[in-house]
Amino acid sequence: MGTIDGIAPGVDDGRCVMFEGWDAVALARAQFAFTMSFHIVFPAFSIGLASYLAVLEALWLVTKREVFINLFYYWLKIFAVAFGMGVVSGIVMSYQFGTNWSAFSDKAGPVIGPLMAYEVLTAFFLEAGFLGVMLFGLERVGHRLHFFATLMVAIGTLISAFWILSANSWMQTPTGYAVNAAGQFVAADWLKVIFNPSFPYRLVHMVLAAYLTTSLVVGAVGAWHLLRDQHLAGPRVMFSMAMWMATLVAPIQILAGDQHGLNTLEHQPAKVMAMEGHFQSHPDGAPLVLFGWPDMADAKVKYAIEVPKLSSLILKHSLDAPLAGLETVPRENWPPVPITFWSFRIMVGLGFLILGLGLFSLLMRLRGKMYQSRLLHLFAVTMGPAGFIAVLAGWITTETGRQPFTVYGLLRTADSVSPLAAPAVGSSLIAFVIVYFAVFIAGVVYILRLMAQPPHQGEQGPSHDLPARAAGITPAAGAAVEGAR
Amino acid sequence: MSFAADLATIWAFIIAFAVFVYVVMDGFDLGLGILFPLFPQKADRDVIMNTVAPVWDGNETWLVLGGGGMMAAFPLAYAVLMPALYTPVIAMLLGLVFRGVAFEFRWRTQKARNKWDLAFAGGSLVASLAQGIALGAVLQGVHVEGRQYAGGWWDWLTPFSILTGAALVIGYALLGATWLVLKTEGELRDRAYHLSWVLVIAMLCAIGAVSIATPFLHVQYTHRWFAWPNIILTAPVPIAVAGVTVLLVRALTNKYDHQPFFLSLALFALSYAGLGISMYPYIVPQSITIWQAAAPENSQVFMLVGVSVLIPLILAYTAWAYWVFRGKVRPGHGYH
Repeated sequence: MGTIDGIAPGVDDGRCVMFEGWDAVALARAQFAFTMSFHIVFPAFSIGLASYLAVLEALWLVTKREVFINLFYYWLKIFAVAFGMGVVSGIVMSYQFGTNWSAFSDKAGPVIGPLMAYEVLTAFFLEAGFLGVMLFGLERVGHRLHFFATLMVAIGTLISAFWILSANSWMQTPTGYAVNAAGQFVAADWLKVIFNPSFPYRLVHMVLAAYLTTSLVVGAVGAWHLLRDQHLAGPRVMFSMAMWMATLVAPIQILAGDQHGLNTLEHQPAKVMAMEGHFQSHPDGAPLVLFGWPDMADAKVKYAIEVPKLSSLILKHSLDAPLAGLETVPRENWPPVPITFWSFRIMVGLGFLILGLGLFSLLMRLRGKMYQSRLLHLFAVTMGPAGFIAVLAGWITTETGRQPFTVYGLLRTADSVSPLAAPAVGSSLIAFVIVYFAVFIAGVVYILRLMAQPPHQGEQGPSHDLPARAAGITPAAGAAVEGAR
Repeated sequence: MSFAADLATIWAFIIAFAVFVYVVMDGFDLGLGILFPLFPQKADRDVIMNTVAPVWDGNETWLVLGGGGMMAAFPLAYAVLMPALYTPVIAMLLGLVFRGVAFEFRWRTQKARNKWDLAFAGGSLVASLAQGIALGAVLQGVHVEGRQYAGGWWDWLTPFSILTGAALVIGYALLGATWLVLKTEGELRDRAYHLSWVLVIAMLCAIGAVSIATPFLHVQYTHRWFAWPNIILTAPVPIAVAGVTVLLVRALTNKYDHQPFFLSLALFALSYAGLGISMYPYIVPQSITIWQAAAPENSQVFMLVGVSVLIPLILAYTAWAYWVFRGKVRPGHGYH
């Protein structure tokens, strides 16, 4: 007892010491980055997977081939787990603006709030309202109505992407606003707010990223089972569909990313300077820094490997075009260059690897060896998580690259936080870290377990032995089927 | 107590409506989590989970609308209240994480099923308690300076907020128990009846305790409820509570199917109306009125257009989803 009494005050001290030197701003940013990074993984997957499920169900309805309904049910179970994790981590995000970024909420709420409210009204309710029928209702509502429910969920995920990316893009490239007497941003023109300059590019880039991410997961699962047995019908179909997606969409995505980059150069030049590692200005052609270590203190990239003039060619489509560097930007407005620089390279590198997978699978497909090539299957399995990493790296690039602002050029991150002491923010951060790791690791394990099984004949949905109605008006046709899980 | 049908008031009603729909819909499924430890049998638990599995996600979306809508319509109130309620809100969110994932996770594992059942029960309890505490903390008022919360991160913790926390847990448990009466049959339903009896009594005690304690918080509340002529408008609320209680006791005695649940909802509605009477026109009691907190007019108008079209539509397809999964839920064939 004596020792416990002795330790008790020390524990309190320890908690304070733990966050000494950390200010509440840094902790709030760490918390947002952490919870957001966990969250984004699930929408990135469920946007693509919802569309894929709609395609599978449509193919089943049209062709009546059993393989499609088996695949539908197979992926539906995985979707149910992933979607649930997306929902609960998303609710956290919607409250985090108020808990940790209350000054931002007060100032930008009149503009950002309505966009997010529209996301809830047009997307979240649509997804949630039809999700139950999609997951458990195939034998209750008839095939066409069920397909309609699946379609609504898929469309809901896309509408959700529309609004949240509009909100994010407005923070990156604010237009159509005024500032009122209370210091709040007010919409002057809602169309200009919603369709702000970076929004179309970001929307296309992210939706394509979600489709690619899903296709890589589907492809990896298909390849995993083909490695064990080349003749399985389900894995063959899913692998082929996924590889078509990678083949066709990877080049489009690289093009979309390039356009997004040019748009960023126009509206957030400092972000591009950080991505490129351009501290100095280059009046007659800037080099492309392939690799190196950006040193902000010395304002140069150490150990740089460069290709002369290539950056000017990519960004300005001319070898000798001048490009300004971070030296033209006040230091207090510099983003954290090393993170932006490296996360950008990770994203681009993975993008080209995905393109490589797409092209390789096309080659094998044309040679008639797509279901036999172990090399292709191993490549596809390895690339399974690549989409998630690329999405995370891309978001880290764009979110660190717009620092130190929340509303670009107008509202600084340091002026956006809640008036909370570091211990409050630090404690909640620790709680989120512990809970998220415990919960989401379990979720990923369950998803991997589902994936480890190949799709079976007569695959069942996630109906959990969902019991039949006893007192319903229409007879429960699916009772026997649903019960026999 | 002037009543102008202005934008801020309309929005106050919309947000209040969203929060109430949330309380109505997520209340019973949080209540199921609270009651979970009282049903240790796997078969019972499976049925209990399945009564809400198809709809819980939609129920919880109203919470997102309440939060998001408040940020949009009353950004100042959102910016003041969220830091003031920091700990309960974070606790609620973490509780919701545990119970939300349990809906899927518990079917994906044999070994750890008990753990996810515990997560469902614990998460539901923590989330409910945190919501009730947050409610009490709002009622007792928060320290505001300028446009910011100026108190500490434990200011919310008082005997009153603990009381409202416990009251909400009891209330949700009652909704859960009467929901089970509605959705199940046989022995499970009988036990839900017994629980409903206990919880009705507990709920009435809780309503009584909160009603007695609230006027002591601030003179404004006393004045609002008891001063002439307000009392003409406020007196019907406790009278209606008494009336609903009589009907509820009758419904439980006669073992009606639907009435206990809907009468319990009526008790919630009356308590909620009482809350509104106490608070209006403040959104942060004693500090910020709905007009002071209101977003600029064009933000509120922009959303009002969407809300007036979309909320009816949402209610329609939500009702359809409930209709698809209507009727009693019972253990199906093929249980292992």
